[in-house]
Amino acid sequence: MTSTPCLARAGLGEVTASDSSLRRFLHGLPGVDEVAAEARAAMLATRSIKADAKQFALELPIRMIDLTTLEGRDTTGKVATLCAKARQPEPSDPDVPPVAAVCVYPDLVSEARRCLEGSGVKVASVATGFPSGRTSLAVKVHDTMDAIDAGADEVDMVIDRAAFFVGRYRQIFDEIRAVKQACGQLHLKVILETGELATYDNVRRASWLAMLAGADFIKTSTGKVSPAATLPVTLVMLEAVRDFRDATGRQVGVKPAGGIRTAKDAIRYLVLVNETAGPDWLDPAWFRFGASSLLNDLLMQRQRMHTGRYAGPDYFTVD
Amino acid sequence: MTERLTVPKTHKLFIGGRFPRSESGRSFIVTDSKRRFLANAALASRKDARDAVVAARKAFPGWSGATAYNRGQVLYRVAELLEGRRRQFVDEVIAAEGLTSKHAQEVVGASIDRWISYAGWSDKIAQIDGAANPVSGPYFDFSVPEPTGVVAIVAPQKSALLGLVSVLAPVIVTGCTAVVLASESRPLPAVTLSEVLATSDVPAGVVNVLSGHTEEVAPWLAAHMDVNAVDLTGAPIQLAADLERSAAENLKRVLRPPVDGEPDWTGESDVDRIRFVLETKTVWHPIGI
Repeated sequence: MTSTPCLARAGLGEVTASDSSLRRFLHGLPGVDEVAAEARAAMLATRSIKADAKQFALELPIRMIDLTTLEGRDTTGKVATLCAKARQPEPSDPDVPPVAAVCVYPDLVSEARRCLEGSGVKVASVATGFPSGRTSLAVKVHDTMDAIDAGADEVDMVIDRAAFFVGRYRQIFDEIRAVKQACGQLHLKVILETGELATYDNVRRASWLAMLAGADFIKTSTGKVSPAATLPVTLVMLEAVRDFRDATGRQVGVKPAGGIRTAKDAIRYLVLVNETAGPDWLDPAWFRFGASSLLNDLLMQRQRMHTGRYAGPDYFTVD
Repeated sequence: MTERLTVPKTHKLFIGGRFPRSESGRSFIVTDSKRRFLANAALASRKDARDAVVAARKAFPGWSGATAYNRGQVLYRVAELLEGRRRQFVDEVIAAEGLTSKHAQEVVGASIDRWISYAGWSDKIAQIDGAANPVSGPYFDFSVPEPTGVVAIVAPQKSALLGLVSVLAPVIVTGCTAVVLASESRPLPAVTLSEVLATSDVPAGVVNVLSGHTEEVAPWLAAHMDVNAVDLTGAPIQLAADLERSAAENLKRVLRPPVDGEPDWTGESDVDRIRFVLETKTVWHPIGI
C-alpha cells in the first residue's frame, strides 16, 4: 500500500504552499481500512518470540526507552532518581545498557542535564504548551528555547489539535516549522495525540503533515489522554514514515508513548516495526518508547531469562 | 423417547476470578479411586502459575486492606454456599477418595465447619498474637501481626477437600492471597471448590487454583521471587528439599511436609497454620504529645 500518489507529481513546495493545497494533499491520501489495520496489528501481536530472538527483544527496548516523568508534582529529586535509573537501570548488573533518553518538563531539563552528564543518555523536554498546545506561536517558540537553553537534546512538541480539526493545516505546518527552526540540529518529536484525532485517516494525515513540516520523529501521545499508544495507530504511523521515506528519501522516527507497560507489549511493537517499516527502524535512533514502568518489566523478564526463575517487583526500584 | 446423554463438565483452572483453560492447551485424565475414568482436567503449566501469582499479587492490597470483620464474613459465606452444594461435594469426595457415603458426609461436614472455625479467627488472631509491649521510655509499643503476602500452597495429596480447606482457609483469613496447587491425582473437589469461591464474596484473585503435576509446577512457585511463603504440606518428600532450597532465594516462609505422612485432618483447626503466614510489625508511639 502506498499513500503518496500526488507527492510525486507535485513537489513538496507546492503541496505545502497554502491551506488549500495542504488540504488537497492530506485529504488525497488513501483512507485507512480500519478493520484491516486492526486485524493486521492483532495478527502480528500473536507472533511468538523465543530464545535468542527474545533476548534481543528484551535488550533492544531498554535502549529505546525515553524514561518519562511528566507530572505536576515532579521535583528535582524525582528527576535525579529517574536519571540514576536511566544511566544504570539495573545496579546489580552492569551489562544492562542505559536507556535512550530521559523526558521531562522544561523547568527540570537543567537538573536532568546535570544528572546525566557524561552518560550518553539524552535529555528530552516536552514543550510548546504541553500537553494541550493551547498557547500562541510566540509562547511555543519561547517555551522551546527555554528547554534548549537549559540543555535539552531533544524536544517533544504537541500539535494544535483544534486547528487540525477545523482544517487550519497550514497553521500547524508553520508552527512545527518554527519550532524546528528553533531546534536547529536538535531532534524534534511531534506529538499527534492520536487519542484525540478520532480516526486512523486523521492519524495518517497528521503524520504526513508533521513530516512535511520537518519533524524528526512522530510521536503518538502525550500520555495525558486515553487511549494513548495503540498497536493499530502505531501501524498507521509506521506506514506513513515508510512511505514518506520512499517518496522523499528522508527517514523519520516513530515513538509510541503511554500505556506500554509490559515487555510483552514492547515485543509486539518491535514485531510491528520490523514487519511494517522494516529493520532500518529497529534502532533507538528511529524508534523510541515513551514509558516509565515498562523498564522494570523488561528488567524482570530479563532476569527471569538469566536466572531461570520468575522475578518479583520487590527487587527493583520503585518509580 | 431417546435416552438423554449426560453433559460432561470441563474442569478448568481458577485464576484471577476466571476459569481459563491452561495456556498450554494441555489436559490430563483424572480417575476415581478404582482407576476408572472420571474427567479431563486442565494441566497447568509454569505460565499458568505465573499468571496465578500475578492475580494473587494484584488482589493482595484489597484483601489485606479489608477489615478483619469483613474477611470473617466472607469466609462464613463460603461455608454457607458449601452447605448448599453439600450433595455434590459428597459425590465428588466419594469418587476422588473412595470413601463410604457416611464417611464422605462427615468429611464434607467437617470441611464446612472448618471454614466457620477459621472465619472466627479473623478478628481474634491479632489479639492472641499481637501485644502491647512494656518499654522503658515514654512510648506505647505495639506488635501487630500482618499478612505476609502471596502464599503458594501445595495442597494435601490424599484429602482432596477437607485437607485442602484445612490449608487454604487459615491462609486467606489473615489477608494473604493464595495460589493453590491441587492434589495431583484428586483435583476435582478443588476445581468445584473454586466454583464456590467464585460465587461467594471472595474477591477475584484471592484464591487461585491450579490442577496439574506437582513436580512440574511446584518448583516454579517455590522459586518465584514474588511469592512470600510456600506451604509444602502436599509436596512429595523427595521433592521437598529442592523446593525448600529454591524458596530460600528470597527468604520465603516455608512450611515443610509432615515427616510421618499426611495427617488426619479431622482434628481441630490449627492456629499455627495462621501464624505461619503472619509477619510481626512493631510500632513505637510517643506518649503525651
